[in-house]
Amino acid sequence: MQPSEWFIPYIHTVSEISQYIRALLEGDETLQDIWVQGEISNLSRPSSGHVYFTLKDENAALRCIIWKMNAFRLQALLEDGRAVEVHGSVGVYERGGQYQLYVDNLRPAGEGALFLEFMRLKSKLEAEGLFAEERKRPLPTFPLIIGIVTSPTAAALQDMLNTLRLRFPLAEVVLSPTAVQGEDAPTQIVSALQRINHLVKPDVILLARGGGSLEDLWAFNDERVVRAVVASEAPVVSGIGHETDFTLVDFAADLRAPTPTAAAVLATPDIRDVQAELNEIRNTLINRTDWLLYEKKNNLQQLSFQLEKLSPLSKVRQEIQRMDEINLRLEQFVRHQLQMRRMLVGQWQEHLNSLDPWQVLKRGYAVVSTVDGKIINTVSKARPGQYVDVRLQDGSFGAEIEEIKPFDFRNQSESKTPNS
Amino acid sequence: MAKGKVELEKLSYEGALNELKEILERLETQSLELEEILQHFERAKALLQHCQALLDKAELKVRELSGSDESPESNEVEHALD
Repeated sequence: MQPSEWFIPYIHTVSEISQYIRALLEGDETLQDIWVQGEISNLSRPSSGHVYFTLKDENAALRCIIWKMNAFRLQALLEDGRAVEVHGSVGVYERGGQYQLYVDNLRPAGEGALFLEFMRLKSKLEAEGLFAEERKRPLPTFPLIIGIVTSPTAAALQDMLNTLRLRFPLAEVVLSPTAVQGEDAPTQIVSALQRINHLVKPDVILLARGGGSLEDLWAFNDERVVRAVVASEAPVVSGIGHETDFTLVDFAADLRAPTPTAAAVLATPDIRDVQAELNEIRNTLINRTDWLLYEKKNNLQQLSFQLEKLSPLSKVRQEIQRMDEINLRLEQFVRHQLQMRRMLVGQWQEHLNSLDPWQVLKRGYAVVSTVDGKIINTVSKARPGQYVDVRLQDGSFGAEIEEIKPFDFRNQSESKTPNS
Repeated sequence: MAKGKVELEKLSYEGALNELKEILERLETQSLELEEILQHFERAKALLQHCQALLDKAELKVRELSGSDESPESNEVEHALD
């Protein structure tokens, strides 16, 4: 540092002081994230694509700039004389020696107040438990009567009817018409909800409105409408605005759908799924019944098998079989016996043969008989001169008795000896 | 059975479907007599036909409550939006 510093104050350059101010402003948290309300004037859109204007009220003016990258998104509201609320950060344009607001968001004036009101009411109703998940009721699987609370002339209604016609034509739709925007809308919506609950007792109610500005949808942030939704006997599906719109009714509804069409979808089953389920039930029923009958048949077969085993007929059959066996054994026995007898007879035959008197003839004996066949076995039956038959083993011849010599029995053995 | 038929005609799709599911459940979990199986099957067949007929005939009905009158009878306009 120069020694002169101690004697005279340091002289800043413009640049230095500008940088200093810039650092001050840009270091301030409040100034870097701020909403400002005012009227657009001196709007200019040079070919650079950036937008410049002045935001002013009765007493002051603020230079504003919107960079090109944000300008397109926000251009709809850019119009001289329009009251708006802008959001951005305050910085310094050093070359011009100006502080200005770098705008990144912009909305119609009053929305901020609406939003605050919205938040206030939301936390109040929330504290009462109106948005509690436990309070929400399940929707019926097959709603037979679908109540629709919406404007009868709006496209939203036709969208919903078309969707319902395609998805679930089994249902009957009852429209409870109401205005859905304007000052009257809240009371009309409340009364439409009450009327349909009392007169029709629908299974489910679709409370719907097509897309619109925040102000257009405002009736659905009305405390009375929210309370009517909570009080509804039938569960309520809300389909209000677009995907990004959230109203207090959405929080209070039993189910929030992003759009009216989506509400119709969420409240109903698809008839194709219903048909598929029915087909499945049909198949299951047939398979199941077939199986049960098969089981019964099987049981019956088994029983009849068991029964047959126990039946008298089977006893009889068994007896018959036993008799057959006995019969067979008997036959075998008889055959055996016969064989034995036959053998015995053979033996006896042989024995008998050996006893056959004629057999003796083979050994050289002869049988003498009268001509008329009477056997002469003793000399007493013979007479001299008598003709007799002499039979040998292989034939006979005639002979005449010459002499009869009775044996002296005492000499029998003597006389026999020389003969043998 | 004639009584069952009359009831069937009045049955909503959901009612018929629930009864169908009950019958299936019974067929699957209980040991039933042949007579019961056949009765259940016949009933289920009738219910299936009823459901199918409801699906086949289904045509969205639309009516509108009139905005002013609160009496339950006279304020319905049939098919006002068809």
